[in-house]
Amino acid sequence: MSAGVPVSWYLILSAVLFALGIAGFLLRRNVITIFMSIELMLNAVNLSFITFSYQLKQVNGHIFSFFVMVVAAAEAAVGLAIILTVFKNRSTLNIDDVSSMKN
Amino acid sequence: MNFFLLSLIKAVVVAAVLLTTLAYLQWVERKVIAHIQVRMGPSRVGPHGLLQPLADVIKLMTKEDLIPPYVNKLLYLAAPFFAITMALLSISVIPFGSEIHIFGNTTWMQLADLNIGILFILAVSSVSVYGIALAGWASNNKYSLMGGLRSSAQMISYELPMSMAVAAPLLLANTLSLRHIVESQAGYYLGFIPRWSIFQTPMPQIFSFILFLIAAFAETNRIPFDLPEAENELVAGFHTEYSSMKFAAFFMAEYSNMITVCSITTTLFLGGWLPLWPASAGSNFVPAVIFALAGAVALYHGLNPVRRMDRLTLPVVAAVFFVLAALFLVPILKEALLPLFWFAAKTGALLFLFIWIRGTLPRFRYDQLMAFAWKFMFPAAVLNLLVTGLMVALFS
Amino acid sequence: MDVILFLIFAAIAVVCGFNVVVQSHPISSAISLIGVMGALAVLYLLLGAEFLAAAQVIVYAGAIMVLFVFVIMLLNAGAEIRHGRSLMAQVLGIPLLFTFLGMMAYFARHMFPAAAEVHFGGFTHGTALDVGRALFTQYLLPFEVVSVLILIAILGAVVLAQKEME
Repeated sequence: MSAGVPVSWYLILSAVLFALGIAGFLLRRNVITIFMSIELMLNAVNLSFITFSYQLKQVNGHIFSFFVMVVAAAEAAVGLAIILTVFKNRSTLNIDDVSSMKN
Repeated sequence: MNFFLLSLIKAVVVAAVLLTTLAYLQWVERKVIAHIQVRMGPSRVGPHGLLQPLADVIKLMTKEDLIPPYVNKLLYLAAPFFAITMALLSISVIPFGSEIHIFGNTTWMQLADLNIGILFILAVSSVSVYGIALAGWASNNKYSLMGGLRSSAQMISYELPMSMAVAAPLLLANTLSLRHIVESQAGYYLGFIPRWSIFQTPMPQIFSFILFLIAAFAETNRIPFDLPEAENELVAGFHTEYSSMKFAAFFMAEYSNMITVCSITTTLFLGGWLPLWPASAGSNFVPAVIFALAGAVALYHGLNPVRRMDRLTLPVVAAVFFVLAALFLVPILKEALLPLFWFAAKTGALLFLFIWIRGTLPRFRYDQLMAFAWKFMFPAAVLNLLVTGLMVALFS
Repeated sequence: MDVILFLIFAAIAVVCGFNVVVQSHPISSAISLIGVMGALAVLYLLLGAEFLAAAQVIVYAGAIMVLFVFVIMLLNAGAEIRHGRSLMAQVLGIPLLFTFLGMMAYFARHMFPAAAEVHFGGFTHGTALDVGRALFTQYLLPFEVVSVLILIAILGAVVLAQKEME
């Protein structure tokens, strides 16, 4: 029986990806890159779900992951349509420049 | 033998056969289209133009390989590599035949039988959009960009009806593994009608077959759906800034996609490597008979040649055909060659259909193409899937 | 063998994820994100989630990311120009990030006994059959709701991206 990979390694990887997603979300100014950081976070969470599904030997984690994917798809579609509309109106993709509320 | 070594040998054989078929598919296409257009096609380079693919390869390899200075270098170089990788990848799950025993090893004539074989093919075709989109983008050229975007939009639009047309025979076969899909099509109704997907009882998949073929034409950017490639032939296109081997990579990717898509159609709808009528009724002699007939025709024309060169070349062709016919009668090789023959015959027939349609139909305008995908193909595919599901649920 | 595969693809995932955050041009971030998703698909295969791995490639890497790449190409988004970067964000942010990571890693390691290991083939119920069965029996209501959600998203996207009616 060859050595397997400890479950905690998968969770640590998920944590690293999630942290990278948060970093991208908070540090970047380009709307599309922020959106991609959100997708990175969602992927990290998917990995967590599937790891726990393996750990508990049930398929429910896969189902949750599947729903996360579907919701991410819907959100990406609508979100990118919103980005297109914002770009049409403001001609900028910098998130600092579309804020029209007073400081 | 070690599983890895065996797989490596199989991969080398499949790759060699695929690349040779690719090159000669181009020759076949040029000859067939030429004859449809009442002309001769390549006939100068080698007998009957058989060395034309070699000449083309030499030409493409010796052309100046220039990289325009204003392109995004990484993406520019990666895009054709990506396109050809994805195109060659999906051949690895296609079953070419049944189990064979060679030199004491028992192995299937398939590189890898995945549980999710058909999903693997859909995944590879989804990802192969990037090769074209990134090529269009990286070329830093507005015509390339438009061509690349149009082609990618066409490919992803037709992916949906294609996936649904694939899902319908899966309902009948009840499995995702390509080997089991072919095995579920074994057997005969009334002793002579094969149980291929297009003839199977709860719901013959003829409509799915047609939908899948139309979507396949669009996925591989073939006429009548090749506007992103063709109109731009006059101006540019996503491969305009590419020269020599990178351009060759895109062309190889297109032909390889064609072969793959025809193989998948054969596997899903036409029963893969299964024969047309039972072996008990003599279908094992069909290849030998066909090749012998072809050899006889070639010999006849060789003895009354139209051109002087045919007196030399056609008897050689006839001899090759007779040798092939004899090979199909050798008992040891028969077991491996017969499924391969049926698979190749069906795939070849579909490839001929692709080439035939290229020589016959005009091409769609881009908005007609997209409207066709979303307003006809997609509802038709959904309806087809619903009806198939209903029939399977009621009668199984 | 499992460990080597995990390490290779985890490294690819982390490097590509880091690239997503660091690259200035959105197209490079998008391609790095495709790399992350591909690496994660392999990790799902190692965890026995074969249907999810295929769905990850078909849906995420093959559809959602194509949408991202399309939008980036259409908007012709250039490389991001860095305005003044707040010093506090760099001095405080990066150590805090590592602290956060360290805490999560610590909890992850101590919540599961060391004997819990992932072997390839240890979980065989991730096939399409099992996922489909659970999806259409136990989780039927969420499935139908999510179908309606997708329909709403399609309508929303079509309406938002339409040309304005004169």
